[in-house]
Parts: sequence; C-alpha cells; structure tokens
Amino acid sequence: MIEVENLSKFYGPRQAIKGLNFSVESGEVVGFLGPNGAGKSTTMNILCCIMPASEGSARVCGYDIFEQSLEIRKNIGYLPENPPLYQDMVVSDYLAFSAGIRGVAKSSVASARDRVLEKCGLKEVGHRIIGKLSKGYQQRVGIAQALIHDPKILVLDEPTSGLDPIQIIEIRKLIKELAESHTIILSSHILPEITQICQRVIIINEGEIAAVDSLEGLTASLRKTERLRFKPRNPSPGIVEGLKGLEKILSVTEEDDGLFQIECELESNIQDKVAELALSNQWGIVELSPLSLTLEDIFLKLTTEESEVAS
Amino acid sequence: MKNTLLIIKRELGSFFQSPIFYVLTTVFLVLYSFIFQNILAFFSMQSYQAGQIQGMNIGLNLNDMVIAPSFQNMAVILLLMIPIVTMRSFSEEKKSKTITLLLSSPIHLKEIILGKFLACFLVVALMMALSSYSVMFLWMVGEPEIGPIVSGYLGLLLMTGCYISIGVFASSLTDNQIISAVISFGFMLFMWIIGWGAQSAGPNLGAVLEYLSLIDHLENFLKGIIDSSDVIYYLTFIVFGLFLTHRILDSKRWR
Ligand SMILES: Nc1ncnc2c1ncn2[C@@H]1O[C@H](COP(=O)(O)OP(=O)(O)OP(=O)(O)O)[C@@H](O)[C@H]1O
Ligand SMILES: [Mg+2]
Repeated sequence: MIEVENLSKFYGPRQAIKGLNFSVESGEVVGFLGPNGAGKSTTMNILCCIMPASEGSARVCGYDIFEQSLEIRKNIGYLPENPPLYQDMVVSDYLAFSAGIRGVAKSSVASARDRVLEKCGLKEVGHRIIGKLSKGYQQRVGIAQALIHDPKILVLDEPTSGLDPIQIIEIRKLIKELAESHTIILSSHILPEITQICQRVIIINEGEIAAVDSLEGLTASLRKTERLRFKPRNPSPGIVEGLKGLEKILSVTEEDDGLFQIECELESNIQDKVAELALSNQWGIVELSPLSLTLEDIFLKLTTEESEVAS
Repeated sequence: MKNTLLIIKRELGSFFQSPIFYVLTTVFLVLYSFIFQNILAFFSMQSYQAGQIQGMNIGLNLNDMVIAPSFQNMAVILLLMIPIVTMRSFSEEKKSKTITLLLSSPIHLKEIILGKFLACFLVVALMMALSSYSVMFLWMVGEPEIGPIVSGYLGLLLMTGCYISIGVFASSLTDNQIISAVISFGFMLFMWIIGWGAQSAGPNLGAVLEYLSLIDHLENFLKGIIDSSDVIYYLTFIVFGLFLTHRILDSKRWR
C-alpha cells in the first residue's frame, strides 16, 4: 500500500528526515513512534503530498508522490498535527465542505456527512460552531474530516494529543474500529497508545529509523534483563544486602520513597523469592511489580546500542 | 470548477460571518456618500450660477461633473479598503493551518486561488452595488447618459480585479494578515502613482510607466470609451498577479 524508498527532507540546510525506507501493507495499522522533532510529521506531510520530499521516492496505493499526487490525495485521509478546522464554521457545514473538496459527489455529500457525524460521535454537536467546541470534540471533527471520503488510507498525526484521559480512550476505541476497514498510520509519543492500537511500530529518531518491528518483538529483542519494583512496608537497613543475596538477582538500587528497583535475569520468576524473603524478614510488601520497558528505555537502548556498534 | 465554487461559497460564508465585512462596508458607504454629496452640492451650485448667466448652459452635464469624479474618488476609497478584504485569503489559512485541508484534498492549486480571488471580487462588487444608489438617485432627478455609467462601472470592476489580484498575491507571501495588508496597500499605491515618474523619465520609459499605471487606464472608461487596450491591460494584470500567487504557493509546497 505504501512503499517508501530513501526518503529525505531538507528544511534549508537542516535535514529533518534522512533516507527513510519502510513499507506498509494493506490493512495494517502502523505506529510512528519518536520524540519531538524526530521527523514524524514531516514524513506524514510528504506521504499526504502536502510538501515534496527532497530526495528519494514513495508510492502510495501504487501512485508516485511526485507524479500522481492528485490520485493519492483522493485515497488518503489526513489528520494533521493541528487539525485544519475553520473556527467560524458550523460542524456540519465544515464536513460538507470537506466532502465537496475531497471529491465526494454532490448527491452523496449529505449521507457522507451523516455517516461521519455518527461514527465520530458528533451528532449532538453537528449544528455548533467549531471554534466553540472543546478540544476533544475539535479533534473528533478533525478525524471526521479525514474519514469523509471513505479513504483507503488514514494518516493520523498524534490523534490523542491534548485530550483528557476519557477522550483519549474514546478516540483510541474509534481508531480501533476504523482499523478494521482501513490502512492506518498514526504517530505518537506514547508507547502504550501504540501498543494498544498498532500491529507494527516504526521508531524514528533524529530523522532515521531506529527500529521496525512488532511491539512484542521489539521489547523482547531489547530486553536483556527484567526489572521489578519493590516497596517494603517497614524499610530496614538490611534490605539491599538481603535481596542481593538471592540467586539470579543482578543488582538492587534504592530509590526515593522507600522504593527498590531489582534487576534480574530474564524469566527468573523471582517475585516468589522476593516475597518469601520480605515476609520472613518482616519487611512487609506494599508493592511488588514488574517494570515494563518505557519509551525512554527503548530510545536509550536503541541509541546507545547503535553508538556502541558504531564505536 | 465545482471546487472553485465550493471555495467561493465557503469564503463568502466566512466573510458574512465576520464583523470585518460589515464595518468595512459601512465605512466605505459613509465615505463615498460624503464625497458624492459634496460633489453633487458643488454641481448644483455651478448649474444654478450657470442658469443665472444666459448662454452658459453648455458643458455642464451630470456625467462629467458628478459621476466621473465620484467614481474617481471611489477608486481611491477602494484602494484603502481592498487590502482589508484580501489580507485574510491565504494569510489566515496559513496561520490557522487550515490550508492543509485544501492542500491534502484532490483539487488543483489554481482552483483554490481562483476561488479566493472571485470571493474577494464578489465582496467588493457587492460593496460597489450598494453604492450605486447614488447613480440611481441621479437617474431620478436628472438625465445622465447611460454609456459612461456602464463603462465606468466596468472600468472600476476591472481595476478592483487588479487590486484584488495584488492583495491575494500579498497574502500568499505571509501568514501575518497585517503584513499582508501593508504589502498590498504599498504595492497598489505604487502601481497607482507609477505614472508620476513619466515626466522625469525619458520619453520611452515614460510611455511605459504611463502604460503601467493603474489609474491612467481608468480615464477612458470614465469618459465612456471602452478601449480594448485598457481591457487587455487590466486582464493581463489580474492574470499575472494570480500567476505569481500560484508560483509562490507552489514553490512553498515544493521546497
Ligand atoms: N517548516 C519547517 N521549517 C524548518 N524546519 C522544520 C519545519 N518543520 C519541521 N522542521 C524541523 O524538522 C524536524 C522534524 O520535525 P517534525 O515536525 O517532523 O517532528 P515530529 O516528529 O513530528 O515532532 P513532534 O513530536 O514534536 O510533532 C524538527 O527538527 C523541526 O525543527
Ligand atoms: Mg509532529
């Protein structure tokens, strides 16, 4: 569905993305993950033919981004980082306008509009002025606009940024529904979000692809050790020493608030042992839980490993 | 074409929602009415005096003494008003990033530019239509010739088109509406007074400068003469401005 080859983009002398290569199959849901300034939005803008690449090529639905951008734009629905909403327009007029310029035939504009109003939960606010809606509803209108012409591909740039937790859950639910019938690319800073929605993740850092993998694959390949968080009820001086005495435990570090971080070998199932020790020494247990890799960990690992290889 | 119509419709909708349009139209009508009323008062005084003196009735007609100067003044007022009409067109879209909606849609850049241009044009044409009460009033009290009125409106509309073409171009340069208005105002004024350089420039350059001046081409229209060279000048000017706008937006896109 999408093939990207050697894609680069210069903003003046600054290179925002550096020779990206990846492809997205039909029906897939792919996440772009990366810190601020990684080049996610730039890549998306290029794929949606908002601006051209400086070097390299990309094909979307078999059409070339340089030569056949009009065809691509017919097949792609785009929610940019800043939803392109005319603040002074009424929601339903705005959607009808979007439908019109996205090439929906005049006779089906009304039905397309009603379909997305329904789908994005906008029915009650259809007659209201966009500028007066809350951020969450504005974001929905942005998504509705991307769906209006029933495109094959959806490109969503940080669809949940700036929303409250309840809205985030609802938008994620909506995206999951959409994933059943669309190819989706979405970007995010938030790992759990990608974990929940995407089948595959492309990690971009400083304009380069740091990794492409399914999420399980990625965490598995990066994990050399497991980590646990342990909080005893009665902190006592001997805890670190005591824990270190256990088999398979590699290191123990004491953190603030009486928390301990335990690093152990993979699949050592050390929790039982830790619990036994804690109870027999009357340390008590407030918390004992595995720590999953965070986005920062993944980045740190990827970047440090790469520099290790390089040096 | 369908896309252009959609854009015109949206633009007009947002014009009529914003207070700018109403304020602008009011100021325009007040200024114009004031000038028109003064010109008319002066004319009635003159014709009264002419009536006193036998045989001086020749040479005093409504067209030359009221309509032509009123239209000339209207051209000046429009020069001040049109930058405010056009400043929004692309600057606002850029600022609020709504331009990505247009750019990510399967429509041509020309359709967008034409839509913006025509929307502004219709707004100004509406303002002019409201001001035509003055001509109708003359119609009721006197007997103006219809020819120069029609050609005068045609000339004004063509000149308005040039102003708007400049304004739309200026708004494609920046996402700041104030800067856009200032650039277009400066450029319009320059194109207006460029003919003043004619006297000091050599005969060849002088002729060119005179030909380029926006206002000089209006004279014929106000006299009731529709010269094809004037029409071609205005139309070329409009198309050239829109062409430059296209180049600007396209190059921004492709960079
Ligand atoms: N219009 C522009 N002109 C110049 N530089 C730009 C422009 N847009 C982006 N950049 C630069 O290109 C790099 C990539 O930006 P981009 O917006 O693609 O990052 P991103 O991954 O979307 O970041 P974020 O998570 O903050 O949205 C950044 O360093 C940014 O400063
Ligand atoms: Mg971004």
